[in-house]
Amino acid sequence: MTQLALVIDLNVCVGCHACVTNCKQWNTSGAAGSLSDLDPYGADPNGTFFNRVQTFEVGEYPNTETVHFPKSCLHCEDPPCVPVCPTGASYKRKSDGIVLVDYDKCIGCKYCSWACPYGVRELDEKRQVMTKCTLCVDRIYDMSLPEDRRKPSCVLACPPGARLFGDVHDPESAISIAIRERGGYALMPEAATKPSNHYLPRRKTTLNLRDDDLCRSDNPHRIDGAPFEPNLPPIAEEL
Amino acid sequence: MSSPIHDPIAPPLPDAETQVKTTTCYMCACRCGIRVHLRDGEVRYIEGNPDHPLNKGVICAKGGSGIMKQYSPARLTKPLCRKAGTERGANQFEEISWDETFDILEKRLSHLRATDPKKFALFTGRDQMQALTGLFARQYGTPNYAAHGGFCSVNMAAGMIYTIGGSFWEFGGPDLERANLFFMIGTAEDHHSNPLKTQIGDFKRNGGRFVAINPVRSGYAAIADEWIPIKPGTDGALILAIIREIIALGLYDRDFLARYTNSGQLVNQDEASNEFGMMLRKPDGEILNPLRPHNFYWWDRLSNQPVADHAKGADPSLFGSFVMPDGTPAKPAFQLLKERVAECTPEWAEEITGIPAATIKRIAHEMGITARDRKIELPIPWTDWWGEEHQSVTGNPVAFHAMRGLAAHSNGFQTIRSLAILMSLLGTIDRPGGFRHKAPYPRAIPPNVRPSKGPEAVQPNTPLGGAPLGWIETPDDLFVDAEGQPVRIDKAFSWEHPMSSHGMMHNVITNAWRGDPYPIDTLLLFMANMAWNSSMNTSEVRKMLSDKNADGEYKIPFIVVCDAFQSETTAFGDLILPDTTYLERHDCMSILDRPISEYDGPVDSVRIPVLPPTGDCKPFQEVLVELAGRLKLPAFTNAEGGRKFKNYPDFVVNYETAPGSGIGFLAGWRGKDGEKSLRGEPNPKQWEMYEKNGCFFQYHLPPSSQYMRNWNKGYMDWAQQTGMRRDNDPIIIHIYSELLQAFRLAAEGKRPGKQPPAELRERVATYFDPLPIWHAPLEDAQSDLTNYPLNAITQRPMAMYHSWDSQNAWLRQIHAHNHLHVNSRTAKAAGIEDGGWMWVESQWGKVRCMCRYSEAVEPGTVWTWNAIGKSAGAWNLSDDANESQKGFLLNHLISEELPANAAGKRFSNSDPITGQAGWYDVRVRIYPAAADEEKVSSPQFEPMQAVPGMVKEVPAWQGWFAGKKGDGQ
Amino acid sequence: MHPALSVLFLTTLIGAGQGLFIALFLLELLGGSSLSSGFFVGGSAIVVVLCVLGLIASFFHLGHPERAWRAAAMWRTSWLSREVIALPAFMGVAFLYGAAHWSGAGFTLALGLLGSILSIVLFVCTAMIYAAVKVLKEWSHPLTVVNFTLLGCASGACLTTSYAAFFAPALVAPLSQATFSLIALSLVTRGAALVRNATLKPTSTLQSALGIRHPRIVQKSQGAMGGSFNTREFFHGKSATFVRGVLITLLFAGFVFPLILVLTVPMLAFAVQYAGLLAERWYFFAEAQHPQNLYYQTVS
Ligand SMILES: Nc1nc2c(c(=O)[nH]1)N[C@H]1C(S)=C(S)[C@@H](COP(=O)(O)OP(=O)(O)OC[C@H]3O[C@@H](n4cnc5c(=O)[nH]c(N)nc54)[C@H](O)[C@@H]3O)O[C@H]1N2
Ligand SMILES: Nc1nc2c(c(=O)[nH]1)N[C@H]1C(S)=C(S)[C@@H](COP(=O)(O)OP(=O)(O)OC[C@H]3O[C@@H](n4cnc5c(=O)[nH]c(N)nc54)[C@H](O)[C@@H]3O)O[C@H]1N2
Ligand code: SF4
Ligand code: SF4
Ligand code: SF4
Ligand code: SF4
Ligand code: SF4
Ligand SMILES: [Mo]
Repeated sequence: MTQLALVIDLNVCVGCHACVTNCKQWNTSGAAGSLSDLDPYGADPNGTFFNRVQTFEVGEYPNTETVHFPKSCLHCEDPPCVPVCPTGASYKRKSDGIVLVDYDKCIGCKYCSWACPYGVRELDEKRQVMTKCTLCVDRIYDMSLPEDRRKPSCVLACPPGARLFGDVHDPESAISIAIRERGGYALMPEAATKPSNHYLPRRKTTLNLRDDDLCRSDNPHRIDGAPFEPNLPPIAEEL
Repeated sequence: MSSPIHDPIAPPLPDAETQVKTTTCYMCACRCGIRVHLRDGEVRYIEGNPDHPLNKGVICAKGGSGIMKQYSPARLTKPLCRKAGTERGANQFEEISWDETFDILEKRLSHLRATDPKKFALFTGRDQMQALTGLFARQYGTPNYAAHGGFCSVNMAAGMIYTIGGSFWEFGGPDLERANLFFMIGTAEDHHSNPLKTQIGDFKRNGGRFVAINPVRSGYAAIADEWIPIKPGTDGALILAIIREIIALGLYDRDFLARYTNSGQLVNQDEASNEFGMMLRKPDGEILNPLRPHNFYWWDRLSNQPVADHAKGADPSLFGSFVMPDGTPAKPAFQLLKERVAECTPEWAEEITGIPAATIKRIAHEMGITARDRKIELPIPWTDWWGEEHQSVTGNPVAFHAMRGLAAHSNGFQTIRSLAILMSLLGTIDRPGGFRHKAPYPRAIPPNVRPSKGPEAVQPNTPLGGAPLGWIETPDDLFVDAEGQPVRIDKAFSWEHPMSSHGMMHNVITNAWRGDPYPIDTLLLFMANMAWNSSMNTSEVRKMLSDKNADGEYKIPFIVVCDAFQSETTAFGDLILPDTTYLERHDCMSILDRPISEYDGPVDSVRIPVLPPTGDCKPFQEVLVELAGRLKLPAFTNAEGGRKFKNYPDFVVNYETAPGSGIGFLAGWRGKDGEKSLRGEPNPKQWEMYEKNGCFFQYHLPPSSQYMRNWNKGYMDWAQQTGMRRDNDPIIIHIYSELLQAFRLAAEGKRPGKQPPAELRERVATYFDPLPIWHAPLEDAQSDLTNYPLNAITQRPMAMYHSWDSQNAWLRQIHAHNHLHVNSRTAKAAGIEDGGWMWVESQWGKVRCMCRYSEAVEPGTVWTWNAIGKSAGAWNLSDDANESQKGFLLNHLISEELPANAAGKRFSNSDPITGQAGWYDVRVRIYPAAADEEKVSSPQFEPMQAVPGMVKEVPAWQGWFAGKKGDGQ
Repeated sequence: MHPALSVLFLTTLIGAGQGLFIALFLLELLGGSSLSSGFFVGGSAIVVVLCVLGLIASFFHLGHPERAWRAAAMWRTSWLSREVIALPAFMGVAFLYGAAHWSGAGFTLALGLLGSILSIVLFVCTAMIYAAVKVLKEWSHPLTVVNFTLLGCASGACLTTSYAAFFAPALVAPLSQATFSLIALSLVTRGAALVRNATLKPTSTLQSALGIRHPRIVQKSQGAMGGSFNTREFFHGKSATFVRGVLITLLFAGFVFPLILVLTVPMLAFAVQYAGLLAERWYFFAEAQHPQNLYYQTVS
């Protein structure tokens, strides 16, 4: 069975919001659209977006991490949003595991959004139907697109390549390998939703310097002479 | 479960006509390739062009919001003229026709041209067509032309170009593909937005180590392996201490320094001599280029005597003190650098920068050891300028990138020069894993274009006697009159800011208002929001724009604004020219200006309209070509005195830099049938050929010409043939700058030729140090630092471009207003609450705003996002929009001039060498707003109303759906 | 959670109606033929009216009320769907029950039994809509079902008492005794829920929400400065003082005063109690801390 999903690499996400607006532009004119904007030119503009990037600070100055955190529907394997829906408008596709909303069935009761722990469903205020990330289902199967462009809009947009797309059930898919090898994890495991989307944690590359790294027989001081005596490291042969 | 009714895969408008067109994005100056999908003539989707060399298919938040820019209700669609009887700034306009508009402009400009061309000033903001605007100004004959560079990042350009012949920014960058260690200093976003992000992503995935040096940890710095917070304006001290450590430990790349830099060149140390501090010249040495003689000396350490530089078999001493046969004392340049940094210990730098000495030492070691021990060797044979054949290209994998965090300080030039020197010490210039040039760079130090030299260059009805902008090589190149006073309205290339290569746009309005050095008549602003975010001291500048003389005439008599949107500045126009959007016009990213070249060769690109112009919008390019024709500017007029070019596309195809030069705006598909590249006769089908290739032209140099280009024989010959360079002499890195020393000698009265006015001698002598120095930002010396203890800086949000995206319904939801980010300890100490209203005050003014606590900012610094705050009603936002009510503009706190000195003189608040605006020098204090104060940002301005041709009633909601004219529109 | 008026009215109105119906049935069962059929006709009419009002209120909660019929589709999985079926079923039976009394048909007791079962089923469905939302720990507990049922029954009983005070004074004494006990009992169970919820430790934390193990994490930006559905639907947006005021109101108007009034001025008891129950329902929503709010705390 296929379960399509996104993997978000927090190690390289720079918080640029490319995934946010490119999701919006693809979907507003697509099968999921239109996605309304209220007060677009007034106070507190707000609208329907399937994907948001948030920012958190971890730790205390100066040991601070700034974490940019993109979040869209996680296409849970056990999605609590689906069984609660009274109309069947919320459904999970058997074929690929994408959780979708049928806009023509939805009565806008918002119940599904209550059931989702992640705050990723958004009621479109103008259309009064529930909306959420579609995994760009109207792109990824569009045979008129070249194969390498049959990917979600946010994934194609992401400049540092922090968004990976694929089948989490296929152990050999790039995303399964990334999850396995780079400590991919799911959000709020306690909610028992089994999110398909995963996140890759920050990794730190450090450089371990050893004292003898500073001692080399080819130190140019052998040619040029020492500039400031007290600071001079021994040259390897002198050790 | 019943099957879905809504087919999630079906095309929503199955019968709609769809089209895909390629062009170049202009939601920012990065200039990515895009493919615009149209549905029934409306924009359905804009994606990154996967075939484009720059962005390779990715696109950013702004680029993905182009739809909202195209259909923004803030767009200007009619030429407008200030309503008779209304005051400038009151924003009352009447619609006029383009014919009338051209008549007004033609009359005014031809009169000025016939009488005093410098009374016409043309200044442009974030545009990408300086090849055309510069040509227009020069042909018109006015010296008063510049683009945004002076207030943007000229320090970055000049500091590096005067040192290594290239720079970051559009001119070069870090080779992150091969680097192991990467230092990003003072960069939030920069111009190379998408490629840089892609490269950093790949670099990190490949296990590279990324260190960010910045008072703030945001954006790119967020994903750095290590964040080193630094006090603003102090990077110079840090870099000098690192240089000292690198020299002390012998971690410099000696071979590289000896052969490719002037480290071994002997400098005259005879203090009594008028040549003190200049390079010694070998009279019978090889000159190579008479305009820039290369006859230097080395002290050959093998034979222990002075020899010609690069003499076969010789190896220069880098340290030591020598006496020339004629008795002149001399030292190698590197010895002088060593002496300069002797006192710059890590402990000294810790005091200044706030970075622990141990950290400074450690990063110096990381740089030096990585550069030394992780050498890259590519099996690419090449020949250096002196004929030595190298079997491989080698490199040291330590890369740097820096931008306005260094540039936007009044000590930025010297700081950036220090950085370029550090990069050179590590042997990382145009080598794999280090810094790489992009064509047309490297260029000579300095590049060959010189500004005009004196008032005689300005003559009625005559093109300017030289370029309006350029690179100063010696004091004699300054654009000053016999008294040493500036010829340009912005005082660029004067003794106040001699090497102001990009002009000083930030002083134009103040100078014109004051009539210093002279009053002007017409100010044409293109694509610059000078009544708001690109002016310092915004509140005062707004007053100047509408200030009058005693006779009731405006101090700046006529202001023309060309913009695509209603900005804060359009309110101050007497005439408004509505520009098209980037999707509606032809444009070119020309090799003659700032192309989008890659490390492996030149790339240029074009825009081709994907939509017809909205309303009566007209591309500014067309306006200039039309005006140039009407004014009969020589380059735009044929032998019969008629108009030479039909329109802008025609101009681009047929214009050549000199008759028959074969060099024009575009490098691709030249020659009659498009069979030639870079150089060749005009090709009438050039645009079509660009269009067919996705709107760009890319040229790959052979691998042997891709590296070490400053000294690469093969590359130099190619560059000269193709016109990238005039000469083909090697570009030796200036560890020691005798160009700067010449100014110092002039200031000391030791040099014939142009002399600084007496009151400027000391200033020139102080800052024109041939060796890198750190001094505190100029404003510090004139500020009460106990009263204003904090630094206030701004930075770029990735999802917003300057002031112009608040009209964008999607982007403004991400940044509707801004906060002042304050270290939580600092804020608490001041009694300010998280989210609370507060005042931030400098010696120039105060602003009320909201506070956001942060752990990601150095405690002595406060910062905010750039240009989010707006004036009420501007950009067709409602009067109560967040941007004006909660957002604020820091510029009100920054002065365009320093406090008066003892003699009452006010200098520009700029780098004393380059004239770069010192945006990030301002000192502030903070305190809570009183509980009973209005919860609104301050200052506030009279709300602007929509002007004719703009959407009057903005929709209460919208749901864009291409092909259905967007519901709710 | 954001308390939506439509839902407050829906659940309190139908709850009272359901309770009233059960009381009517029990009165008929225990009191036999001593009561006039008019009493039952009137009572059933009140039940139906309350349910219709509730239903009308519920439509205001829907983005697409014209599609409300679709909500019956998913009864296998969705408690909301079950409620959507149970409510009209109950209303229908209540109507028939009244009609049977009115027409003198003989099977009133059978209808009463059926209606009472449906009433209980409806209580369970309504309550399970909330109790089944696993992420809302405040709701996801058997007490939610107990409280919806008991509060509905208590308000129904109280309404019956008030109703009887006008039309069957003889019943007031036993009814007020029973109502008193029911209110007292519901106070105990609701009180237990309040205590439980006040001391509940959230299972989700910023650490689990982000997957970052660090004790100090602070949000700096939620990605949308003008707000969004997520900032409206899951926050009550009221000050702590206001919320405390509602708590006091619900305790006094919902329980303490009705306990006294039902014994003293039964005619007034229901009116006061209903106001208290609206406060109770408001508080029920407001006290539910949705874990999604971990992601929506700060704008900048
Ligand atoms: N405090 C502070 N101030 C700063 C800076 C800072 O860091 N801090 N940075 C400075 C720097 S580096 C820069 S470059 C400047 C930038 O400042 P500006 O050059 O003023 O740039 P923008 O704000 O983008 O405004 C340019 C104008 O171009 C208009 N425009 C957009 N598209 C088009 C078009 O297609 N055609 C025409 N004709 N007009 C168009 C916009 O509507 C806007 O009015 O700001 C400077 N100001
Ligand atoms: N999205 C987006 N992209 C843009 C623009 C935009 O408006 N929006 N503008 C374009 C333009 S015109 C320009 S000039 C470039 C500018 O690109 P950047 O140079 O990246 O511009 P800034 O945002 O000014 O970034 C300055 C950084 O330097 C830091 N800084 C300030 N003072 C110091 C200091 O003394 N030392 C150090 N080490 N750091 C310091 C600030 O915290 C900030 O992170 O971006 C271009 N790209
Ligand atoms: S993330 Fe939320 S909306 Fe998406 S499948 Fe999981 S529970 Fe449903
Ligand atoms: S809002 Fe729509 S999708 Fe969500 S539960 Fe209700 S009917 Fe189902
Ligand atoms: S997969 Fe598609 S719908 Fe989902 S967040 Fe990405 S762009 Fe949006
Ligand atoms: S586009 Fe990529 S880097 Fe940018 S915010 Fe989204 S995930 Fe992060
Ligand atoms: S970085 Fe973004 S806005 Fe700038 S040119 Fe590229 S896609 Fe356009
Ligand atoms: Mo800039």
